Amino acid sequence: MARGDHAPYLQAMNEGSPLSRATLPPAFADWFARQGWTPHPHQLALLGAQGDSLLIAPTGGGKTLAGFLPSLVELADGWKGLHTLYVSPLKALTADISRNLARPVADLELPIRVEDRTGDTKTSARQRQRTDPPQILLTTPESLALMLSYPEAPKIFSSLRRVVLDELHALAESKRGDQLMLGLARLRSLAPGLIATGLSATVEDPQALAGFMGGAQVVHADPGPEPDIAMLPTSRPPPWAGAGGRYAVRDVLKAVAEARTTIIFINTRAQAELFFQALWAENDANLPIGLHHGSLAREARARVEAAMAAGELRAVVATGSLDLGIDWGNVDLVIQVGAPKNVKRLVQRIGRANHRYNAPSRARIVPANRFEVIECIAALEAVRERDLDGDARGPGPLDVLCQHILLTACAGPFDADALYAEIRTAGPYRDLSRADFDDCLNFTATGGYALRAYDRWQRLMQRGGLWGLRDPRAARDLRMNVGTIVEAEMTKVRWKRGGGLLGEVEESFAASLVPGDTFLTGGQIVRYEALRELVVEVSPSPRKEPKIAVFSGVRMPMSAELSHRVLSLIGDPSRWEVLPQPTRDWLSLQAEVSAVPRPGTLLAETFPHMGRWHLAVYGFAGHNAMQTLGLLLTRAMEEAGLGPLGFSSTDYALLIWSLDPVTDLAPLLDRDKLRAGLGDWLAGNAVMKRTFKNVAIISGLIHRNMPGGRRTGKQATFSTDILYDTLRRHDPDHLLMRITAAEAGRGLVDFGRIEEMLDRSSVLDHRQLDRVSPLAAPLMLEMGRVRIEGQGRMRLAEQEAEAMMQAAGLQLTDDPTGFDAPAPVVPAEPPRRRKAGPAR
Amino acid sequence: MTGFAFTWHGLRLEARCSGALWWPAERWLIVADLHLGKSERMARRGGALLPPYEGIETLRRLQTEAEALDPAVIVSLGDGFDDDAAAEALDPQVAEALTCLGAAHELRWIAGNHDSQAGGETTLRMGPVILRHQPDGEGPDISGHFHPVVRLAGARRRALLIGPSHMILPAFGHYTGGLDAGAEAITRWVPHGLAVACLHKALPVPLPAA
Repeated sequence: MARGDHAPYLQAMNEGSPLSRATLPPAFADWFARQGWTPHPHQLALLGAQGDSLLIAPTGGGKTLAGFLPSLVELADGWKGLHTLYVSPLKALTADISRNLARPVADLELPIRVEDRTGDTKTSARQRQRTDPPQILLTTPESLALMLSYPEAPKIFSSLRRVVLDELHALAESKRGDQLMLGLARLRSLAPGLIATGLSATVEDPQALAGFMGGAQVVHADPGPEPDIAMLPTSRPPPWAGAGGRYAVRDVLKAVAEARTTIIFINTRAQAELFFQALWAENDANLPIGLHHGSLAREARARVEAAMAAGELRAVVATGSLDLGIDWGNVDLVIQVGAPKNVKRLVQRIGRANHRYNAPSRARIVPANRFEVIECIAALEAVRERDLDGDARGPGPLDVLCQHILLTACAGPFDADALYAEIRTAGPYRDLSRADFDDCLNFTATGGYALRAYDRWQRLMQRGGLWGLRDPRAARDLRMNVGTIVEAEMTKVRWKRGGGLLGEVEESFAASLVPGDTFLTGGQIVRYEALRELVVEVSPSPRKEPKIAVFSGVRMPMSAELSHRVLSLIGDPSRWEVLPQPTRDWLSLQAEVSAVPRPGTLLAETFPHMGRWHLAVYGFAGHNAMQTLGLLLTRAMEEAGLGPLGFSSTDYALLIWSLDPVTDLAPLLDRDKLRAGLGDWLAGNAVMKRTFKNVAIISGLIHRNMPGGRRTGKQATFSTDILYDTLRRHDPDHLLMRITAAEAGRGLVDFGRIEEMLDRSSVLDHRQLDRVSPLAAPLMLEMGRVRIEGQGRMRLAEQEAEAMMQAAGLQLTDDPTGFDAPAPVVPAEPPRRRKAGPAR
Repeated sequence: MTGFAFTWHGLRLEARCSGALWWPAERWLIVADLHLGKSERMARRGGALLPPYEGIETLRRLQTEAEALDPAVIVSLGDGFDDDAAAEALDPQVAEALTCLGAAHELRWIAGNHDSQAGGETTLRMGPVILRHQPDGEGPDISGHFHPVVRLAGARRRALLIGPSHMILPAFGHYTGGLDAGAEAITRWVPHGLAVACLHKALPVPLPAA
C-alpha cells in the first residue's frame, strides 16, 4: 500500500496486455484517498481481470490488497455463503491477513465476515464454519484438503467465486503446492466459473508458475528500486568452521540498535535458538528482541507476532517460519545469518526489509564461517546482476495423488472417469496418464500388490459404479493424516511444575536426554526432568551453557548457478581480493597444505581423523548429486573391503569416513562403473529408504497419527525400512517403489550433475594428507549424515559390544562350546551411561 | 558359528542371530511373537494396506533355521498369530508353508494375548524352566511378548534378554515393533543380565545398557 508515488512506467509495462484496467467504485476510491493512497496499476489490473491471474510483485507492493480488492468490491453488496477462499503456506500469514483486512472492512462498513481455518482453529469454530461459512475464509493447503474431505464440501463451496493463492512461488516448490492444485481442481468442479488469483514474489520463470496454476494471465508489478545489500562489517572474522554466526552477535546488535525494526533470518531452528540466546547475553541496552520459529508453542509464536505487529519489538530472530510476507511495514533492515544457498531466496528475504513501496530494501549478510563468506559474496554478485536461479519441477507426484483420491473418497463416492478428468485440470497433473491414475486408484483401493491379499478388505470399493470407502470409519484416520509435510517426530516440552507448553524438540533428541541435562528451547536454558506420556518435562536452569537442542532443519540445497559461481571464485586467486583477509588466508593455507578446487580439476583428499580415515571430494555439484556420489562411492568402497561407515554431503563436497583409507580414487570414479552401480544401488540404500518413508506416509500406506495420540513403545510402528525391503524382495514393481525411484531420480539422485561434474573435471587431483585440511574442516561438522550398514558397521558393533562387556567386567570364553556364562550374569558394577564405543 | 552359547539354570542353550533360541539337548527351536496375519488384521480393521508378504517372510526365516538345525520340536511362545481371526484366515501361501514345517517337525503353540482362542497350550516345561508367553512369578521362565530391542552401534536391534530368573525372546515376526530393554515393563522382569543382539551374529552386551 503505497503513498502516491509509484513509478509511472508501470502503466507502460502492462500496456498491450488483454487485461482491462478497472476503476475503483467511488466508495473504495474515497477510502484509498482517505488513506493517502493511489491504487497501484497492478491492483486495478487484477480488479479488471476476467479470468485467472498471476501477480508477480515484490513484497510491499500492495500485493495482498490487490488479491482481495476484487472480492471486497464484489462483496460490498452482500453475499450469502462463502465467496473468497484465501490460501497461504503459513498459519501466521492468515492471522496477519485477518488483521489487515479488518481495516477496510470496518472503514467501508462492508457486510463481510473474515475468519481463518487452520490447524490452530478451535473445533467449535470449525463446526460452525461448516454450517455457516464466512464470506472470506483464510486457510492453508492442508486445511483446504481437510475441508474438501467432508461430505458437506459441495454445499459449502458451491457459492465460492474467488480463490486467492498467496506466496504461490513458495508453495509451488513442494508437494504442498501439488496438493493445493488438486484442491483447486476440485473447487473448480464444485464452483464452476471460479476465478483464481496467484500472488508471487519475484521468480525466474513466471510463465511456468502460471502453468502450475493451470494457466493464468501474468501481471507484473513495479519491481521497485535496487536493494541496498552488503556484507555486515564484523569486528571479528568468522570462525574457521561452524554455523550460527555467534561471533557476530555484537555487530548484529549494533545494526539492530541503528535500525528501526530488524528481522534476523537464520537457517535452522537450533541455530536460531543459539543466536537468540547469544544476542540476549550481550544485549546490554535491553533492546526488545523476540524469537520466532516453527518449533515454538503456538502461544509463544502468537505473542511474538502480535508484539511485532504492534511495533513493540526492535528485532525478531526467525527461521523460514517468517520467510513469507507477513506485512510489517516498519521493518527497515533484514539480516541474513548464514549463507542463503539460493539467490532467489535471498532476494525474497531482502524484500522483507521495508514494506513500503519504492523505498530500497536494506539487507546485510553475516556468513557463519569462512567458507560461507565465499558463498555470500558469490550470492551478492548474483543479486546485483539479477541472476535468479531455480530448477523446474517435474510433473505432479503420484503419492500426493493417492492421498487426494483417499480424501476425495472420504467426502463421498466418486466416479473414476470424472475424477481423472478433474485431476487433469490441475497444472501439475495436466499430463497424467490414465494408466498412472488407475495405478493410484488401485493402490488406494487394494494396496496394489501383486499378491492380491486384500480383496476382502479393500479400502475403497466400487458400488454401483462409484468408488467409496469400504469402512466409513476409516475416514477419521485418513483425515488425521492429511498433508504432505513429513517432519521428524516431535515431542512437546512443558514446565514440570505446571505452566504452559514451551515448544517441541525432536523425539530422537528427547530420547537421548538423561535427567539433569540442559538444553535450549524457546530461548531459555532448561533442565530435563522426565519424559512423561511423551511430553518432555523440564525445570528452569541457572546454567549458562546448555547441551544444545538438535533440530533437523530443512536443508536448502545450493543452486547449481550459485555453486558454479563459488567454484570459479575459489579457483581464481586473482579474484580473491573481493574476499576478506581471513578468508584469503584460509584459502592460501589450503593451497599450501593441499590445493584449492578450481574449474577443470576435481580435488579430493584422504586423511586420518579421530581414528577414522576420511575421504573428501570437492565436486561442487550441489547437495543431492554429492549425496548420490557418496552412496555410489561408499558402495564401491564396501566392495573393496574398505569398511565405509558413513558420509555427509554438502553442496560443494562429500566426506566419507571408513575403517581403511582410499588410496586409489580414480577407479572408484569410473563413469561406467558409477552408472552401473546406480542401477543396483537404486534398489537398497538409506536415501531410497528415506524417500520411501515420505512416499509411504504421503500416499497413505502408513499413518503418522492415530486416534488417541501417538502410539508408544512396543506398539510403535516398525520401521518403514522393513516395508521397503519387503516390497523390494516380493513386489519390486509396486507403485510406491516406482514413485520412490522416480522421486529419488529427479530430486535426490541427480545423477546428471555427477556426470556434469566429471565432464568439467578433466584432471583428478587426489591428495594424501596427514590430517584434516582447512577446507575439509567445516565438513566434519555437517549434519545429515548417512549411515552405511555394511561390514564396517558390523565390525564396529562387535567392537562396541566387546567394549561394553569389558567395561562391565564381563568375560566370555572364545570357545562357544564352553557354556560357561554363569546364571545369573551380573555385571560387577554396571556402567552408568552407555558411552563405550567410538559411536558416531 | 553365528549364535551365542550359554548355560542358564542348568540348560545349555544357544541364542541364534535370527532371534530364535536353540536347545540342543532335546533339539527344540523356540521362537516368539510370529504375529502371522498382522497385515491382514490391519486391513480388516480398515487400517493401512501393508505389503502382505510378512507371513511368507517370517516363515521363510523360520524355514531357514529349521533347515540349519533340523529341530525335533518348534515352539511358538505365543502370539504366533496376530489375532484369532488371522489364525482362521491365513493366506494360502502362509498356510502351505506352515503345513510343510509341521510335516517335518513337531509344532507346539503356546497361547499369547493376541491368539488366546487359537487352541494353544498355556505353558510348556523345558527341564527346570517354564515356557510361557509372558513372564510370571519367580521364574525361571522363558517368554516373549515384549519384543525387546537394544541400541547398538547407533540402531535399535532385536535382542534376547537373559536375566537372573527370566529370559525374554525378541519377536521373530517380520512386522513387529520393539520395546527398549530399559523400559520399566521389561526391567521389572530383567533388571540386569545380558542382552544378545541379533545382527549378522549374536552379540552379547551387558544389561542395563544405559
